[in-house]
Amino acid sequence: MSVWFVPRDAAARSMGADAVAAALEARGETVVRNGSRGMLWMEPLVERADERHGPRVGWRNMTADAIHLALPNDQSEQYVGAVDELDYLARQNRWIYERVGITDPLDPDDYVAHGGLAGLKNALAMSGDAVVQAVTDSGLRGRGGAGFPAGIKWRTVADQTPQPHAGESPSADRHKYICVNADEGDSGTFADRMLMEGDPFCLLEGMTIAAHAVGADRGFVYLRSEYPDAVATLQAAIWIAREQGWLGDNILDSDLCFDVEIRVGAGSYVCGEETAMLESLEGRRGMVRAKPPLPAIKGLFGTPTVINNVLTIASVPSILARGAEAYAALGQNRSLGTQVFQLAGNIAQGGIVETAFGITARELVEDFGGGTRSGRPLRAVQIGGPLGAYLSADKLDVAMEYEALIAAGGMIGHGGVVLFDDTVNMAEQARFAMDFCVEESCGKCTPCRIGAVRGVETIDKIRAGKDVTANTELLRDLCDVMTHGSLCAMGGLTPNPVLSALNQFPEDFASPVIATG
Amino acid sequence: MSNAGYPQWHLDAAQTLIAPIVASEPGPVLLCLQAVQSHFGYVPGEAVSLIAEACNVSRADVHGVFTFYADLRDTPPPPIPVRLCAAEACQAVGGRQLKADWTALCQSDTALAALTGTDEPIFCLGNCALGPAAMVDGELLGCADINRLQSAVARAQAAGEGA
Repeated sequence: MSVWFVPRDAAARSMGADAVAAALEARGETVVRNGSRGMLWMEPLVERADERHGPRVGWRNMTADAIHLALPNDQSEQYVGAVDELDYLARQNRWIYERVGITDPLDPDDYVAHGGLAGLKNALAMSGDAVVQAVTDSGLRGRGGAGFPAGIKWRTVADQTPQPHAGESPSADRHKYICVNADEGDSGTFADRMLMEGDPFCLLEGMTIAAHAVGADRGFVYLRSEYPDAVATLQAAIWIAREQGWLGDNILDSDLCFDVEIRVGAGSYVCGEETAMLESLEGRRGMVRAKPPLPAIKGLFGTPTVINNVLTIASVPSILARGAEAYAALGQNRSLGTQVFQLAGNIAQGGIVETAFGITARELVEDFGGGTRSGRPLRAVQIGGPLGAYLSADKLDVAMEYEALIAAGGMIGHGGVVLFDDTVNMAEQARFAMDFCVEESCGKCTPCRIGAVRGVETIDKIRAGKDVTANTELLRDLCDVMTHGSLCAMGGLTPNPVLSALNQFPEDFASPVIATG
Repeated sequence: MSNAGYPQWHLDAAQTLIAPIVASEPGPVLLCLQAVQSHFGYVPGEAVSLIAEACNVSRADVHGVFTFYADLRDTPPPPIPVRLCAAEACQAVGGRQLKADWTALCQSDTALAALTGTDEPIFCLGNCALGPAAMVDGELLGCADINRLQSAVARAQAAGEGA
């Protein structure tokens, strides 16, 4: 009997997937709510298989109205044929996202049938030390933006003894924590969200492997409130995982005892900075902490804490399942393995592209993305979120990896790629970057708190044609102070978009009004 | 029901709500504020004093946490909150114009403005390939325009009346 697949991902739902699923069910059809395949311009992408695990064919941009009229067939304009063979998917190399879009995210049998738990089983057969070594050997680096080697971070935590919470007596319960940073606030990024909605068990499995590796007993996922679907799906997955014996005491009949809870954010971008996140998890204002001490030594409630991004942790199960060597064979230089790129903004074919590091920005933008959605010429691409640099359309031959992007004046950040067509005003974008920093600065350090306010004022003066030379020099000076004097990346990286806009698009800063001084 | 299906603020009910959090969680202040807001729709001044006392911290400490987070509010929310994404990926596909058009519409239609509130900007809803993104009473919209916003408001209104 044929089975229909309609994504339950928030992006698909935002284009009417729920109504499509209801229309199919109203016709008596069997519907599975899968994750999204990540070809978001096709959503809702409806698929059909002759049997539950058989090959699937698909229809893009389906509507409930069309299904009320008739079931889609292969003569339909929206028919895309065999989904796995579509170029966009066939050219990817999916490790983290291997099950996303294929399985029912909350079906534990589906998870296991598609390779789930293989990594955890392998890890439990190894010592914690050997797991840390495997992660080190894989070359996995932090996917939140900083790119710190995950294995070294894990080693530091593994070498600590568990500690009682700060302020408690030495005889109190001792802990180490695994904290997953799911505060995916960067505009143009949604890979954490889609992973948590499309394969939440993968994240939980990765956290459990981390707990075994470093000797942690409890985990938190700090998940932003702007993602209500991800909160609901991950929460449901945690309950199911407990029932399955994948979380809790004696996981998979081993000695490992570990449990996970979600903490929902409250609308603060800076809480994606790891120490601000710890403050928020402890119930306080999300003010950045000075380092040292490192969170790996004194983290959550003063105990040794692993803090990793969702994609970092979600890489671990496949590394343990398929081997560190196979993972490290992908990518180039010091950027090994795969990265989940997210194509966004003014783009014809936006979505998820997981592939080895080293693909060029141009391949992502043109071959996968198909250029701008508006059809107008591409003018700029912002890579790596609101703190990432703008690259002009002629600079896209840069390799997408940590060091090459830094050398090009950018950064990979969380892998977001946002396209702008030729209607963009880059001075307006520079102003927005400063203004965003005004809104979101935690206020602890002066360069960020005051600098951003002065930055907005100075850009306004330049755009109004007031003392342009002097104010441009002042803006550069201010950016220098913010870069070198800020406590964290919020103030430290805000100059990236500002200066890249100023340097590559100076004409946008020129006032249409003749300067009068 | 005071607003949008939230129960009227009630001190004893709030106390019952936060007691288990204070008893079991280290660092409970933010969790208490969130619990009060998700139950009553907002955090009235009285709740700040209540949480301060329950957590054995100063009122200033709780106020400090309350004011830090953009989500937390001290007035009841509008019946059908409408929020438009103000971040870069949505700017790239006309987010600024949509915001201007929506604001103009609300200025000319006071009933709509009362229903949907003043749109507080939200930075990124994670729907960056299908912008402009918006959230209408908790429903995420992709490729938002004025028509889609208006029909989402109407849907939410119909759902509210049916409930």
